[in-house]
Amino acid sequence: MVTVAQTDLQSRTRRIRRHIVNMVYGAKSGHIGGSMSSTEILTVLYDRILKHDPANPAWAERDRFIMSKGHCTPLQYAILAEFGYIPVEELSTFRQKGSRLQGHSVLGKPAGVENSAGSLGMGLSFGLGIRLGMRLRGQENHVYVLMGDGEQQEGQVWEAAMAAAHHHVDHLVALIDRNGIQNDDFTKNTMDSAPLEDKYRAFGWDVRTDVDGHDLAAVEAALTWARDVRGKPACVIFNTTKGKGVSFMENNPNFHGAPPTDEEYVRAMEELPA
Amino acid sequence: MTAVQTTAATRDALGPTLVRLQQSGAVDLVVVDADLGKSTTSRKFKDVYPERFFTFGVAEQNMISAAGGFASLGYTVFASSFAVFVEHAFDQLRMSIAQPRLNVKVVASHGGVSTGEDGASAQSIEDIALFSSLPTFKVGVPADVVEAEAMIEAAAKDSGPWYIRTGRPKIPVLYTDGPRYQIGKADTLREGGDLTIVACGLLVERALRAADVLAAEGVSARVLNMATIRPLDVDALEAAARETGAIVVAEEHLVHTGLGAMVAQALATRHPVPMEFVGIPDRYGESGTWDQVLEIMGLTSQGVADAARKVMARKRR
Ligand SMILES: Cc1ncc(C[n+]2csc(CCOP(=O)(O)OP(=O)(O)O)c2C)c(N)n1
Repeated sequence: MVTVAQTDLQSRTRRIRRHIVNMVYGAKSGHIGGSMSSTEILTVLYDRILKHDPANPAWAERDRFIMSKGHCTPLQYAILAEFGYIPVEELSTFRQKGSRLQGHSVLGKPAGVENSAGSLGMGLSFGLGIRLGMRLRGQENHVYVLMGDGEQQEGQVWEAAMAAAHHHVDHLVALIDRNGIQNDDFTKNTMDSAPLEDKYRAFGWDVRTDVDGHDLAAVEAALTWARDVRGKPACVIFNTTKGKGVSFMENNPNFHGAPPTDEEYVRAMEELPA
Repeated sequence: MTAVQTTAATRDALGPTLVRLQQSGAVDLVVVDADLGKSTTSRKFKDVYPERFFTFGVAEQNMISAAGGFASLGYTVFASSFAVFVEHAFDQLRMSIAQPRLNVKVVASHGGVSTGEDGASAQSIEDIALFSSLPTFKVGVPADVVEAEAMIEAAAKDSGPWYIRTGRPKIPVLYTDGPRYQIGKADTLREGGDLTIVACGLLVERALRAADVLAAEGVSARVLNMATIRPLDVDALEAAARETGAIVVAEEHLVHTGLGAMVAQALATRHPVPMEFVGIPDRYGESGTWDQVLEIMGLTSQGVADAARKVMARKRR
């Protein structure tokens, strides 16, 4: 059953996908595929789960969202626009001279971006430091870290996974967008990280896996579960489709980091309902 | 200089200074460690503030990025390890600390070849180059334990990223009357009119001894302790170049990418004069006692005096 609230979420994800394609087409560069695969995850997170206040991005009591796959800025900036951190018009400055909206995430640009990224593998460590610091202050807030499945190949991810369990950190949630594709090729051809869920479990995490990352209700249920895990860190593995929403981009390694041609752009916008 | 010298390792300043700073209430410290807290002495902080001390195991990349996370909440974070092992996390230093300009102070011990017996792998001969290559980082190499303590305190109270190199060997204490350290200011330890020796770290004391030898030969050498390498005290360098007309730079670092290279670049645009350089030649180190390895590399008062004679000959030409 689709509730009224979900219709609202659906229209948000539609707008966000159009922003993503517009930004990358306008900049003639940028990462569509991994932005489209994480769209529902971040939309539900910002709408339903994350404690945040767009009018006061420096709010000390806010939760933190850490974008570890820092190439997915089209999604991150579209989210910040959709939730009122920046004007929608600013999205057209993406990757351009003088813009705050650089190709990869920069802490504080704009307010709402909580970490600098672009080199994969660092976000979970950065989020771990934030969560440990919150705990030292007796602060109950959560830290959510979004990573790619290709990114799991970075050794630092596992240093952080080991340390989070060692320090019995909860309120720390790893969100993994398992779209099965990385830069050059399918993840299973490049460096297969399967079985990912067993690895996180073995490292001491509570894991929920095979969550349909494009089903809004399933995403919300999984994020709610992860938020409430206590005594250990939580990990949600979402099965997603890279390039989700545009037929010829879906599951196509060519749309990791390449912009659409003029013709592809027109076709893509036809496929993405307003 | 006094006949009997007390000696101490600069690394010994870290733990006690951090305890004192947290006790003072002036800073809200977090200390992160990668299984070398006994050697760097940061573990002394754990004895007093266990809840503010976080171990990350032998995992420097994770430690450095996590340090950035702590700092993004407003903590002043001290990260330590051996200099060679913080180099292990260079991209993390760049992305998680330098680029977002977070308040993390990396204090790395066992800098330079004076680590000695452990041999080439443990000898950081490139740390100054690496950290100086990061915009937003300040970089310092104290000349003795008194200056190390003052520099750590100054860094803690300054905003933004820092790298401080400390050392393992017990070296003479120069600042017996108390520290004179100021961020970005060279300290003139000896006045002189014929040339200037610019040094940092344990080469400062060796430069002073070289100046004694030179004085006996009728050459008056000014000695500048350039404890802050970034930002460099370019005004003091220009004055030295104008007033003495020749410069020798002495450091325990690869000679082509360290303090000497930066001094030469600064003076090339301000006031070029004949220069000579004492540093580690283009090679790796080896095992030996710390002063033996320094000798192999030519990092002795003799080496500094030779460079001074060479630059004087060029100046007179
Ligand atoms: C340390 C590092 N190495 C290489 C890259 C280049 N790169 C950018 S994206 C990417 C693939 C990422 O794949 P994945 O984590 O699965 O992200 P997604 O498919 O969700 O976009 C690579 C290799 C990088 N950004 N960082």
